[in-house]
Amino acid sequence: MKYPKSGRFGEFGGKYIPETLVPAVQELEENYLKFKNDKKFKKELDYYLKQYAGRPTPLYYAKNLSEKIGGAKIYLKREDLLHGGAHKINNTLGQALLAKKMNKKRIIAETGAGQHGVATAMACAALGMKAEVYMGYKDTIRQKLNVFRMNMLGSKVHPVKSGSKTLKDAINEAIRDWITNVENTYYLLGSAVGPHPYPVMVRDFQSVIGEEIKSQMKKLNNKTPDSVIACVGGGSNAIGTFYPLVDTNAEIIGVEAAGKGLKSGFHSATLSAGTKGVLHGMMTYLLQDKEGQITETHSISAGLDYPGVGPEHSYLKDQKRVKYHSATDTEVIDAFLLLTRTEGIIPALESAHAIAEAVKVARKHKKSESIVVTLSGRGDKDVEEVQNYLNKNVKD
Amino acid sequence: MSRIKEKFSELDAKNEKALISYIMAGFPNEKTTLSAVKGLVKGGADIIELGFPFSDPLADGPVIQNASTISLEKGTKIEKFFKLVRKIRKLTDTPLVLMTYTNILYKMGYSKFISEAKKAGIDGFILPDMSIEESKDYLNAAKGKTDTIFLISPNTSIERIKKIANASSGFLYLVAVYGTTGVKSGIKNYTIKAIKETRKQTKGKVPVGVGFGVSTPKDVKRYVSAGADAVIVGSAFLKIIENTPQNKIEQKIGSFTKSLKKETKY
Repeated sequence: MKYPKSGRFGEFGGKYIPETLVPAVQELEENYLKFKNDKKFKKELDYYLKQYAGRPTPLYYAKNLSEKIGGAKIYLKREDLLHGGAHKINNTLGQALLAKKMNKKRIIAETGAGQHGVATAMACAALGMKAEVYMGYKDTIRQKLNVFRMNMLGSKVHPVKSGSKTLKDAINEAIRDWITNVENTYYLLGSAVGPHPYPVMVRDFQSVIGEEIKSQMKKLNNKTPDSVIACVGGGSNAIGTFYPLVDTNAEIIGVEAAGKGLKSGFHSATLSAGTKGVLHGMMTYLLQDKEGQITETHSISAGLDYPGVGPEHSYLKDQKRVKYHSATDTEVIDAFLLLTRTEGIIPALESAHAIAEAVKVARKHKKSESIVVTLSGRGDKDVEEVQNYLNKNVKD
Repeated sequence: MSRIKEKFSELDAKNEKALISYIMAGFPNEKTTLSAVKGLVKGGADIIELGFPFSDPLADGPVIQNASTISLEKGTKIEKFFKLVRKIRKLTDTPLVLMTYTNILYKMGYSKFISEAKKAGIDGFILPDMSIEESKDYLNAAKGKTDTIFLISPNTSIERIKKIANASSGFLYLVAVYGTTGVKSGIKNYTIKAIKETRKQTKGKVPVGVGFGVSTPKDVKRYVSAGADAVIVGSAFLKIIENTPQNKIEQKIGSFTKSLKKETKY
C-alpha cells in the first residue's frame, strides 16, 4: 500500500495513542510528507547514505554456499557491510535528518540489543545532535559493549527496569518520555512499528534495500529474483526488502524466531503464532494471552525478541502475499556456522534466521532459479552468544 | 440517566464539585481493594475509578506501573475482576469507572467486554490509548450501555476538543500536565488556561474532570477554583495503600479522601 492516508494497512496499523501525543504525531506526518519529496532533503539523505553509510551495498553471489546446497543460486544483500554493521543506519539517517529539519533539539530512541541505539547515536553524532536511548535493563547487561559504544558516541543510555526489562519496555519508557517532553522531543523509532506514520516512514527509509536488489538483479540476470527472504522481528529490514518487490512475481518469505520451538512457548514468532491486538500505538498481530496481556518472548537473537510486528507485515500475511515461516535457535546456529565456514561471512543471529530458511528453499528450487537473502547485519556482536550456546550444548 | 450523570446533577444541586478517586484493582490483593473502596465511600468520593492492570501501561508513571505489575502477579483476571465489581456494587451505589488499556477490551471484543462490565456494575470506561480516530467500534459497542470518557491534553486543538467532547459521556478527562500519571510538577499556568478553554468549548454539555499529578487538598482547591467540574486523584491513593498495613487501610484512605473532598465544596 503506497501511502495509507488513513494510517491503516487493511485493518492493521492506526494510531492508538494518548491524546498528548496526537499533535506530535500530526506534526511528524506533515513534515514527513513535506520532506519525503523535497529535492534538497533527498539529495542530502542520499549523500549521507552513500558517503557516510556506504550505499549501495553489494549483492553477492554466495557460490560456495549455493554449490554446497546444490539447488537454486543464493545471493546475499550485504546490509552487514553498512556503517555500524546493520541496516538500521538507513532509517536513523533519514529520521535524524528529518528531526533536524523539524528543528527538534532533543532525540530519544529505544533499543533492544543496541543496534538501533548505536545507529541512532552515529547518525546524531554525524548531524551534530545528541540522543538519549532507552534500553531494557536486561539488555544493558547482555550487550554491555553497545552501551559503551553509545556513550562514546555522545549519547546517554537509560536502563529500563519496568516490566520484562527488554525491548517492549524500552519502547514503553521512550513513549512515556515523549509524552512528558512532547514539545521539544523527536522520537526516533527503530522499526516499522508504532503509530502511523512510523510504519510507513520506516518502510520508506528502508526500501532502498529492495530497490537496490531489484536493479542489481536486473543487471546480473536481467530479471527479478524468484525468491526473496528476510528475517522479521519488528520487521524493518524485511519490509524494506519486500515492499519494492510485492508487485513482482517473486516468492516472498519472512522468517521469524521460533526460539525453542513454536509449541515451547519460548519464541518470538508473532505472525506464525500470534493473535490480533493493540500495542505501542498500532493494531497488529501480537503474542498475548487469552485476556490480552502481552506475553514474554524468547529468541537467541535479541533483535527479534519482540511480541509485536509491523502492521504492514500483518496485512501482507492476511493478504497471503508474503509467507511467514520461522527458524529455531538450533537451526539458526547451524546456519550461522554454515555461512561463516562456506563464505567467510559472519552473519548477525537475526540474519542467520533468513539464511536457515534460504537453505530450505534453495534445496527445493532448480539451479537456474535465484534467491535473494537480506543479510541485515554482521555477527561480530553475537560471537560470544554463539560460543556460550555451543559450549552449553556440547556439555549437555 | 447514567449513574455518573445523576451524580453530577446531584452535586450541582448542592453546589459541589466531584472528587474522583482511582485505585488499582487487586493491588496488592482483593481484600485491600475492598477496604480501600469502603474508605473512599466513607470519605465522600463521588466517583470511583477502578484500574484493571495491563502488562504495558504506557501512559502511567512508576506508581501505577508498579501497582499493575503486582496486581497481575497476584493473579488478577477479568472474570475475577468482575466478581470484585459485583462485591463493590453490594457495598455502594457510587458510580464506578473502569480504567484500562484498549487491548484488554479488544481481545475479548468491545461488545462482549462492555456488556459483561455493565452487568457487573461498571458505569463508564477510560482508555488512555484509545484515540478518537480509532474509536468507532468501541463507541458503537458502548452506546446506550456505559459512558465513554475520553482524554484531552493541554496541547489539544480547539477543533479536537469539540470533536472529543462530542464523543465523551459521563465526563471529559483533562490531563493536567505533559507527562504520565502520578508525576508531580506543581500547578502550571497552562493547565489553568486549558481548564478555562475546555469549559468554553464544552459549554457545560459534559463535565470537565482534571487529573494526572493531582495529589493534595491544595491541588484540588486550585483546580476547582479554576473551573474544573471534577478533580481526579490516583497515585496518591496507591502510595497510601503501599505504605499502610491492611487493617488501617479503610481508616487512612477515608481520612485522606475526606481532606480532598472538603475542597470541592464552595
